[in-house]
Amino acid sequence: MAGYMELPTKGGFDFGLCRRNESLAEKKGLKIPGFLKTGTTIVGLVFKDGVVLGADTRATEGPIVADKNCEKIHFMAPNIYCCGAGTAADTEAVTDMVSSQLQLHRYATGRESRVVTALSLLKSHLFKYQGHVSAALVLGGVDYTGPHLHTVYPHGSTDTLPFATMGSGSLAAMSVFESKYKEGLTREEGIDLVAQAISAGVFNDLGSGSNVDVCVITKGKTEYLRNHLLPNPRTYVSSKGYSFTKGQTEVLYTKITQLKPKVDVAEGGDAMEE
Amino acid sequence: MSRRGDWVYENNGGTCVAIAGADYCVIAADTRLSVGYSILTRDHSKICELADKCVLASSGFQGDIKALHKNLAARELLYQHQHNKRMSCPAMAQLLSNTLYYKRFFPYYAFNVLGGLDSEGKGCVFTYDAVGSYERTGYSAQGTGSTLIMPVLDNQLKSPSPLLLPARDAVTPLSETEAIDLVKDVFASATERDIYTGDKLEIVVVNKAGTRREYIDLRKD
Repeated sequence: MAGYMELPTKGGFDFGLCRRNESLAEKKGLKIPGFLKTGTTIVGLVFKDGVVLGADTRATEGPIVADKNCEKIHFMAPNIYCCGAGTAADTEAVTDMVSSQLQLHRYATGRESRVVTALSLLKSHLFKYQGHVSAALVLGGVDYTGPHLHTVYPHGSTDTLPFATMGSGSLAAMSVFESKYKEGLTREEGIDLVAQAISAGVFNDLGSGSNVDVCVITKGKTEYLRNHLLPNPRTYVSSKGYSFTKGQTEVLYTKITQLKPKVDVAEGGDAMEE
Repeated sequence: MSRRGDWVYENNGGTCVAIAGADYCVIAADTRLSVGYSILTRDHSKICELADKCVLASSGFQGDIKALHKNLAARELLYQHQHNKRMSCPAMAQLLSNTLYYKRFFPYYAFNVLGGLDSEGKGCVFTYDAVGSYERTGYSAQGTGSTLIMPVLDNQLKSPSPLLLPARDAVTPLSETEAIDLVKDVFASATERDIYTGDKLEIVVVNKAGTRREYIDLRKD
């Protein structure tokens, strides 16, 4: 069309291929590649001296376990951590981005980051993307104003709670919290309750599994207890083992092409630039 | 538009495996019953002993599987009454195929593996699709973990192509204990990566001495 100029995209998503994808899926029956979701059970609770966050470690791609020991508790600031459920790439990207923004903010203000700052940055980003960034988060930390725990949903809404669960195993974990949570738990009681809640998700939800990660945040100190529990060792290992000797795979045809006459290999030469 | 309200099936998950040996047959299946992301029970048998030398393991929709097993067990009893002997494994294999094809236009959502001893006492395994296409092989895996297990069995039990002439023996030269060890290991591996497989493994071994059952624990997450 004469006189029509394509404006450069200013970020956000390009939905230009959506109609073509839809017609491909309908007419040709082409399967759209799936996203790596984390299935997941993530939890957080507030105790006497701070917050405890917990997460399982299974990442799934449909019915298959893609990663048996992934890390779902992400760093936001030295005093703020965030558990992520939903599409793995989205939770990684959004927490990394807000973490960087918080550090720049710390340099600008000269103060420790506040949990509500992280919360506002996350919710405004997710709302802007209208739920297309599929990240469901449990954000927790301790700052000057005290301990805070929030949940953030993919469309950008948030809740402030004393205890929270998210992910496909959230119902299993919440049943534990609703039975056993009380105000003013000690550090040991808090860690134990979080571990119990995550274990409920690990054993009763097929989207969650493997190990339990815990993170304890108090005023001035954060402890990241990676693989705090390992309740799922492999049950059987063949004592006989496997051998893959040469000749087990039939070689039908061998052709060796010398590379030297085709490519000039310069001996020595300049070292590659870093 | 994918808005049909008439999908009557449900996949309850699970994996079944069978391996035939020179004078034995190992049939194994996990015992987890699931729907969606939830576990219904950790202790459900997918294996049915149809005759003294014939064992069927099925995964898929348990409603259809229960009905199928009941149907076949009833037909086997009728056969006993009419012929004064129990059904042989190859005979049951044909019966299963016919039963499945009978419902060609409203199939049993069942992925079956039939194992046992043939009339000569040699191990045999028959593998099926949902509508009754079957083949006698040396080993097979069906169910949600089958894609994880079959390549390992192909590598370890290397069956000769059924198209080769003269017809080669498909049964594995492995001993009974070695075959059971392999089955336990492949299930432990499948459990690591398939969310629908786990909890417990039920192993049924058929040989000339009779039928015996064994259980081992699998990951419960």
